[in-house]
Amino acid sequence: MKEKDKKGSIFSPFKAIGCLFKKPRTLRYPFEPKEPALRCRGFHLNDWDSCTGCGNCADICPNEAIEMVEIPELESRPKEGIKNERPKVDYGRCCYCGLCVDICPPGSLRLSRDFFHIHFDTSTFTLIPKDEATDKEHFFSSEEYSVLKASLTHRKRDYEGFKSDLDYCLFEPERIPMPEVPPEERRLSFIEQVIGYNKEEAKAEASRCLECKLCEEACPAHLKISDYIKAIYEDKPDESLRKIFEDNPIPAICGRICMKHCEAACSISKRGEPLAIRWLKRFAADTIKDYKAALELKPGEPTGKKVAVIGAGPSGLSIAYFLALRGHKVVVFDSLPGGGGMMRIGPPLYRLPIEAIDKDVNHIASLGVEFRFNTTVGKDILFEDLLKQYDAIHLGIGTTVSRSTKVKNIEKALLALPFLQANKIGKPPSVGREIIVIGGGNVAMDVAREALRLQYMQYPNQKVVTKTVSLEDWDELPATDEEVEEAKAEGVQFNPAWGPKEVKLDQDGRIKGLLCMKVKSVFDEQGRFHPTFYEDEEMFLEGDMIIEAIGQGADFSFIPKKLFEKLEFTPRRKVKVDENGMTTIPRVFAGGDIVNVNLDAVTAIADAKIAAEGINRILSGEK
Amino acid sequence: MRELELYFGPQHLGMVGNFSITLKVEGDRILEAAANPGYLHRGFEKLMEYRTWIQNFPLVCRVNVIEPDHIEMIYAMAVEKLAQIEVPERAHFVRSIYLELARVGSHLFGLWAYANMLGFDTVAQWAMYHRDLVLDLFEELTGGRVYHIYIWPGGVRRDFPPGFTDRIVHTLHSIGGCVPDYNSTFFDNRLFYERAKGIGQLTQQQAKEWGATGQTLRATGMKYDIRKVEPYAAYDKVDWEVPTRKDGDAYSRILVIRDEMIESVHMIFKLLDAMPEGPVYTRMPNPFKWKVPKGEAYVRCESSRGELGLYLVSNGGDKPYRVHFRTPSYPHGLIVLEKLLRNASIADVGNIMISLYVVAPEIDR
Repeated sequence: MKEKDKKGSIFSPFKAIGCLFKKPRTLRYPFEPKEPALRCRGFHLNDWDSCTGCGNCADICPNEAIEMVEIPELESRPKEGIKNERPKVDYGRCCYCGLCVDICPPGSLRLSRDFFHIHFDTSTFTLIPKDEATDKEHFFSSEEYSVLKASLTHRKRDYEGFKSDLDYCLFEPERIPMPEVPPEERRLSFIEQVIGYNKEEAKAEASRCLECKLCEEACPAHLKISDYIKAIYEDKPDESLRKIFEDNPIPAICGRICMKHCEAACSISKRGEPLAIRWLKRFAADTIKDYKAALELKPGEPTGKKVAVIGAGPSGLSIAYFLALRGHKVVVFDSLPGGGGMMRIGPPLYRLPIEAIDKDVNHIASLGVEFRFNTTVGKDILFEDLLKQYDAIHLGIGTTVSRSTKVKNIEKALLALPFLQANKIGKPPSVGREIIVIGGGNVAMDVAREALRLQYMQYPNQKVVTKTVSLEDWDELPATDEEVEEAKAEGVQFNPAWGPKEVKLDQDGRIKGLLCMKVKSVFDEQGRFHPTFYEDEEMFLEGDMIIEAIGQGADFSFIPKKLFEKLEFTPRRKVKVDENGMTTIPRVFAGGDIVNVNLDAVTAIADAKIAAEGINRILSGEK
Repeated sequence: MRELELYFGPQHLGMVGNFSITLKVEGDRILEAAANPGYLHRGFEKLMEYRTWIQNFPLVCRVNVIEPDHIEMIYAMAVEKLAQIEVPERAHFVRSIYLELARVGSHLFGLWAYANMLGFDTVAQWAMYHRDLVLDLFEELTGGRVYHIYIWPGGVRRDFPPGFTDRIVHTLHSIGGCVPDYNSTFFDNRLFYERAKGIGQLTQQQAKEWGATGQTLRATGMKYDIRKVEPYAAYDKVDWEVPTRKDGDAYSRILVIRDEMIESVHMIFKLLDAMPEGPVYTRMPNPFKWKVPKGEAYVRCESSRGELGLYLVSNGGDKPYRVHFRTPSYPHGLIVLEKLLRNASIADVGNIMISLYVVAPEIDR
């Protein structure tokens, strides 16, 4: 069947003549400029202040148009996750796809609506993008700007085009929630609060990692974080654990209580939640039941050298591990009945169970390290004898003496460490119904939350109160936000910016409460700890039990006086060590809380790595 | 008369695109035609094996310069099929509207090429102007005028900006309002009728045998459109017609293109009315760790030129193992064209080629 066609007329096109009397549709560019759309993908803009130098833009660029270049005048701040590198874009290769914008974790990289650059010299086609805030010279206001001069160095101000949007970005800003025991339930016992990721959750969380490695620079021990997270993602927990053990021999401990400097540096944390690096390490450590079988580590060829390690805390355990791998004979002395040092007595059971500690310690023992527990150096064995019998000594003694506020009647109060120790590895003390904890740091939180648990266990279904009083105000509390929030959720009451004045007693000499005074300021102008008070502004806190948790000091009494005189300290009262980790006493090395100011496990491991290298170098006769 | 070998393109006024046909002619009659592609070979299929799944996303659109959108769509569809990514409901609508806008823009470009080819310069300029209005919409939605880089696995890259719906409606009304002008100057023009009627004619049987799809097939009377046969995006959510003609010649093909453009405009209005609220993007996995599960997928969609297919194989790695495009211009430009040129006159070479809607970059890739 043939279709009927409309053949049309040869005169019909003459209708177009009407157009002669209409206005032209074309623009007389550049006299009638056309404004690009708001999402226009033109040249880059980069906010140097929020750019972290993570290099994800360079990694995702399909054309390898972006290169990270070091900017010497910028400062690298590894702890904040800031590198002094900034992207440099080659506009000969850039295809303006904007993937770099969608992957940029801080959202500093954007595209502008400028897109003209004409030049005979191809070297002008590369640019280290900045924006008008950091580059006043090349950005012009709309009055000064001329499209005839438009180039990479003649740009318009406030001309942002395609920009980052968290709903459409290429990374996942939210972390996989960690399953936890709810506050109402966990405060009734010492059950471990954090349940831990299962395999799927761990894989999903690991999949968020962008592998920019800012975390590795922030970590004091420089763990190969992105590698071990990648191994978890690839379902290879053995491989992950091997990567961890290159730098950290106590993952079950660190996976629970690490201060996670890495997470503060995580590039995703700039606009989202950082990767749960600590929980992933814990996952790797908990998943592998038998470290030894998975790691297949072998102690090094025996060197015949002997090293005594005093203190089986994180620094002592780590140095024992690193030295054992190099074939040195290591003997660890500790006055506690088991390994872990402060980890064994400090962190409450709901954060760090004994089994996790023993798992790490037993593995180190299996490498041939000899542990002598219940042995106090200075009492059971003399320091000077150790110095004679061993080729080197490492001091990882930590800070084991709780400090006291020394206000009136404070001798009636308990100290934090003995209280925590009794709870964890001794017999839990009987507590009062209304407990006052003095202090605002993490130890004070541990004490308060343990005290609360004991109250709930000892006075079931009765009214009990635990309150803390701290010099610091809410915004300067030294405890981590996480700890404060968890303590609040469990019902601990806070009295920030109050200082203890006097412990009030009743007629029988029992504690009645704590008289407090309002804090004026905690630190002086130089930022040193120097609290001042409004003496007349007082508050009375009722309570029948007071625990002090205001800090700890180290106990060097085991070192004979003559030797101790040789031991030098830094202005911040830390043991002075050289680049080998050696103190001013020859052959005596030190690490951990007596050396660094971070006062945490991972920095102790970092110290131990340095000292292990130093000891090895000196024992093998290198200079 | 003496037999001559004639090179038609790539440097030839009648040639649109980087393409060439070697003709064996006797006088004005073509004895044999051999399509001679390769001038635009960029090796995308191989290149894609060396780029991660996300890095391929800004690359695929470059396969077809005139209409990058459908290529983005099949890449997203194939990856979604292999990686089992769910696409939100609204994203299906946004994709359909976007693809129909692309069809309008592409057909206007085709109209420019055809009118220009035949010497109807006024119409050609109009079509180019109207295509520019569509590009303005793309620029506002995606940030790019030519390479939009918009449909990605999991949905689309950004939602409509505020007031965008109104601007689509406004633009389409102003294009639609000019259809009578196009009719009077081009489609209802006797000169055009005489120039296109009966040129490059093929039967439905031949069209099927030679692998023709799109307008070339529909102009022979067959109602075959992937959007109906195997609906994707939101094409099954609204009612629309597949325009066809019976004669299978250049004239019918161009009229099918015109009717399709009008149908697309109507479809966009219906889609805009039916479009639900909600998210338009399901987050893709971390691009640096993304491994698409092992498997192979063949997906297809109805591009402006016909059936566009993508065969994608993953061996479970972070990059495709093998990519192969089935582009509609390939059979049109290499098989159908060669056969239709036999016995045609030299003056009709460009006429037939452009009426088949051949786009050289699609053939070469």
